Order: sequence, then structure tokens, then C-alpha cells
Amino acid sequence: MIGSEFVPLSLTPLLIGIFAAVACALPGNFLVLRRQALIGDAISHVVLPGIVVAFLATGVISSWPMMLGAAGAAIVAVVLIEAIRRLGRIEPGAAMGVVFTSMFAGGVLLLELSDTSNVHLDVEHALFGNLESLIWLDATGWASLLDREALLGLPVELPRMAATLLAVAVFILLFWRPLKLSTFDEGFARTLGIRTGLLGLALVIAAAVAAVAAFDAVGSIIVIAMFICPPAAARMMTNRLEHQIAWSVVFATASAIAGYVLAGYGPLWFGGQDAVSAAGMIATVSGVILALAAGFGPCRTRSGAPQGG
Amino acid sequence: MIRDALLLQLGYNATLVAIGATLLGVAAGVTGTFLFLRKRALVSDAISHATLPGVCLAFIVMVALGGDGRNLVGLLLGSALSAWVGLLCLTWIVRNTRLAEDAAIGAVLSVFFGLGIVLLTVIQTMSSGRQAGLESFLLGATAGMLWADAMVIATGGALTLLLILLLRRPMTMVAFDPEYAAARGLPVTWIDLAMMGLVMAVTVVGLKIVGLILIVALLIIPAVTARFWTERSDRVVLLSGLLGGLSCYVGAALSASAPNLPTGPIIVLVSFGFFAVSLFLAPSRGVLAAVLRHFRFQRRVHLRQGLLALAQGQPIYERLTNRLLRRAGLVRPDGVATDKGRARAAKALRDERRWQVIRADQAYEAAAALYDGLRDIETVLTSDQIAEVDRTIGGPRGVPA
Repeated sequence: MIGSEFVPLSLTPLLIGIFAAVACALPGNFLVLRRQALIGDAISHVVLPGIVVAFLATGVISSWPMMLGAAGAAIVAVVLIEAIRRLGRIEPGAAMGVVFTSMFAGGVLLLELSDTSNVHLDVEHALFGNLESLIWLDATGWASLLDREALLGLPVELPRMAATLLAVAVFILLFWRPLKLSTFDEGFARTLGIRTGLLGLALVIAAAVAAVAAFDAVGSIIVIAMFICPPAAARMMTNRLEHQIAWSVVFATASAIAGYVLAGYGPLWFGGQDAVSAAGMIATVSGVILALAAGFGPCRTRSGAPQGG
Repeated sequence: MIRDALLLQLGYNATLVAIGATLLGVAAGVTGTFLFLRKRALVSDAISHATLPGVCLAFIVMVALGGDGRNLVGLLLGSALSAWVGLLCLTWIVRNTRLAEDAAIGAVLSVFFGLGIVLLTVIQTMSSGRQAGLESFLLGATAGMLWADAMVIATGGALTLLLILLLRRPMTMVAFDPEYAAARGLPVTWIDLAMMGLVMAVTVVGLKIVGLILIVALLIIPAVTARFWTERSDRVVLLSGLLGGLSCYVGAALSASAPNLPTGPIIVLVSFGFFAVSLFLAPSRGVLAAVLRHFRFQRRVHLRQGLLALAQGQPIYERLTNRLLRRAGLVRPDGVATDKGRARAAKALRDERRWQVIRADQAYEAAAALYDGLRDIETVLTSDQIAEVDRTIGGPRGVPA
């Protein structure tokens, strides 16, 4: 696979996949520990109405308005969930279910009602993404990495995803101590003067940013899988948050690489001709990793003690 | 047009869809209530997404056996099977690992859905032209619904309702108090699994009409809506079934009344409409009722404070307090208390003194616990007790009690 076609055809989707997976897995660690794992699920559903509204408002398929629309929808959804939970005194799970299904339905309806037949915007694309199409046509081989002309032809998703990953990582690094404290002991964090409510909201917004950027490149199914599976698998491996995050990055990267390779080349090994969905395969591989961790991880049980120790 | 649609005058297919959807809505509303009361509403999200690989596998198997691949019963059986596997995975993760239920839900949902998408692309490449629009299971498609499909949906819905009728008492008990149910000897795990099995049945039946992404809405929204209107679980169940059926009926009719209105999303938005109305207008649990309650409370506090200020001869500057006192005829526009105002003020001050005595006396502990600064003392103590308290304070001097 490291032939001359690797760089133009596979390098960029592979890198974008890895960046997206890690950018989602990082905040996912905290979301899983805070029992807010399904926020990622909710966000990835409401992204659809966001981009549809952005498209209707601007009339063009271009990245920035759509990302802004998606981010706006994510924030609206988070606020709505919180409002319905408080106003109606409904448990958070049900409030989330009400909000994201309704917003998703609204998005589908808008999409059907508006004239989008001539543009590439449909529900399946939003769900599955199109990782395989993010190819780097200007590249001819590894030498292109040093070629200024060719680098200009990189798909825009690559630098954007890299920037998102950097932003999420910087956020977590900057707020490491307060995040850790408020995740494990919210009451104690509050007595230290940490504004836990604000911090929780910031975490959700960081997750939403990662989700929206990743969604643009790889579709929403990967987003949900990467928010939950690598951190959950990492949780089975260790009792220390630092190690857990390191494990989750390893797992996310491994899922992205293995998933992409299996999707692209796996069918050929079995005698098929065409590749299968890379996004779906990455999610599947992350599930396999989670299953292995749940079966054999040293810290998989609730008591948290290493087995046989 | 909409009137025609609501009266089932829009032709065979529309009528079929409306009836099928209504049955589905009733079954989903009733089932969803137990899920909601058990606080596991989002488990349905995992179950519904886990149907996708089953649908695809069933299609592949049926094609491999030389069949059509589009047989609804076969596809639904496949979806039920993989949803059941997803459910077992979910239960296993929650029981045997340290992960909380929400992480397990998210993991099952995304992994099964991802696998389903992989299989979808396999089908796309497998035999071009025979792809059969399995994507329609994502969002539902009612345009080509056949009499046989409607019968499958009707039978499934009716069976689900029958099972719920049989299981409603144990399920209610488990939903409210699993420990008590276990102590009574009920097999809580099995009842939970049965509940989830019913949810799965509704999901599978609903795949054709609303699709796997939106079926969750039919399970959650009617139950949450019904909960606003009553505090009794049996009424929540009935109301939720009614609301679910009604929103499906209205939604199906609306979507038939104009082109380009997809059935599933319209149904979800109609039920969200019912939810929004209930959120604001429901008695006692609604937002409007809470706001009114707040204002009533505010008025009582201000009136009380105003009366105490009057009794102690302090001037009142607060606008709302002044307005309330004036409107009740307790002070004149120039701020001087009327006779009635003076009497009420003296009574308020005296009651405050009585409360002080009560709260200092161990014998009145139970009554003193009810003190909140607003409660009328007559609602807590008998007139004999008040008289006794008054003896320790001394009788009223020149002011009617």
C-alpha cells in the first residue's frame, strides 16, 4: 500500500481520520467520566438542521457558513436540553431524546421542502461522511510533502481538522486541573472557587466544536463512536486519568488507521472489487477495541482493582 | 385538503399509512411510558440504531438464498435479531464492566450503526440495481406501503399492546421501585429485558414508517408529554398511548396532504408540538403554572412584610408592597393605614409573636417545623392551642384579634 498512489489517495483521508478521531476522543474522556456521553450523540444529530438552515440562509454549499450553522445548532440544542430539563423537571436522558429527535426531524423536513436536488446535501452524506473523497490530487509522491505548490492543493479539511485538534488539546491542557477536579468531585471543585457550571458548558462547547469539525470531514457516525468508544476502552485499562487519556488517543488512532485500511483494502483481500464505507469501518473497529478492553482490560470491573492482584 | 386527509379521503395508500401509523403511535406511546418511568429513555436510541446491521444482513442472506431481498417480514426479523444482540451487549457492558449506562448506550449505538453502514456499502456494490432502497429504513418511507406491510405493522402493534396489558403491573412496580420489586420476588432482570423486548418490537415495527433514527421520538416524546398532565402512572400510560396515536394520525394525514412532506419527520414534529404545548400550559407541572405560582408567592411575601412594617410603624418604600396594600384597601393612597389595615397589621404582628413562642417551645416542635414566615397560624394550631399560647403572651390590648 505504500506505493506511489498512497500519498495522493490515502495519506490525507488517513490523517484527517486520525485527527478527527483524536479530537473527539480527548473531550470524550471527560464526557464519559461525567456521564454525559450521550451529549455527543445529541450534538451529532442536531448538526443536520444546523447545516440545512445555514445552506438555506446563504444559498451555497461552503464550509464556513455550514460549520457556523452546525455550531449554532449544537449550542441551541444544549441550551434547549437544559431549559427543558429544568422547566419541565424531566430527567436529562428524556429531555435530550425530545430535543435531538425533534431538531433532527426539523432538519430532514427542511431538507425535503427546500430545493436541494442540484447540490450535494443529503441525510446519508451527513450521517456517513465521505472520508474517501478527501484526496490530494496535486500530490505525486512523498516528495510532494516538501513541494509548496502541491501543499496548496491539500483538501481544506486537513488543516481545519488539525487546527481543531490543536484547539481541543490546548483547551484541555489549559484547564487540566479544574477539569479533572470538577469531573471527579464537583462539590470540592466548587469550594475551591472553580466555576463548575461554566466549565461544564465550556467542555460541552469544546466537544461540539470537535464534533462539528469532524462531522464536516467524516460524518456524524464517527463522531459518536469516537466520543465514546476509545475513552470507554481506555477506562478499562487504567485508574489514572492521565493514562486513560493516553490510552484513548492510542485507541482512537488505531481505530482510524485500522478502520481506514480495512475499509479500503479489506474487501480486496476477500476478493471484492470495491471499498466499503471507511467511517463505518472506523466505528466498527473502535467497537472491536472496546469489546476486547471490556473482556480483558486490567481495570474493567466496577471496583476498579486490577484483576488477580 | 388537510380536512380530507384527516377524514381519510386521500386514497388507499394514505389511509393505509394513517391507520398503520396510528396503531404504531399507540403502541410506542404506551411502551415508551415504562421506559421513561424507568429513567432509561435513551436505551431505545441504542436499540433502534442496532437494527441497521440486521436489516442489511437479512437482505444479504435473502439475496444469497435466491430470494427478493425486500421481503418486509424477513428484514424485520433480521432487524429484531440484531437489535436483540445490541441489547444483550448493552446489558452485559452495564452489568460486567465499570462503564455507566450512557457510555454503553453510546458505544452500542455507534458501533452497530457503523457496522450497518459498512454492510450498506457492501450491498451497494454487491448487485447494482437491486439495492432496494434500504436507506429508506433510516428515515422511513411510506410512499410504497403495501397492504401486507400494513398488516405486519398492525399485527406487531396489537401483539405489543397485548403483552403490555399482561405485564403492566410488574413493569410499573419495577419502574418505580426495583428494590421493592426484587424483595417481592419479582425477577427484575427478566422484567427489564421484557420491557426492552417490547421497545425492540415497537422499533422494528416502526422502521418502515418513521425510520430507525426517529422512532426514538415516538417512544420518548408522548410519554414525557403525558407526564405533564397527571401524577398517576396508569393515566400516564393511557394518555401517552392516546397522544402517540393522535400525533401519528395527524402527522400521517398532514404528510399525505401535500407533496414533499416526509411522514416520519412530520409525525415527530407534531408530537413535539403537543410536548411544547404541555410544557407551557400543563396544570401544576407546566411553565405557566409555575410562573403563576411564583407571582402568587411573591404577592403573599410582600403583603406579609408590608403588614409587619405597618404594625411597627415603619414607612414602606417598596412599590409592589405599596400597590398590594392599597389594592387590598389596607392603606390609603397617602400611605396611612386604614382601620382594616391596622387590624390586619396587628394580627400579623401578633401571629409572628405567637410563632416565636411556638418555636421556642419543645412541646410544639412538629408545628414549629412548619414555620415559613407565610403560613397562617390557624392552619397549624387549634383555637385551644392558640388560646394557650396567647396566655403566655398576654391578651390583645385594644385591637381585635
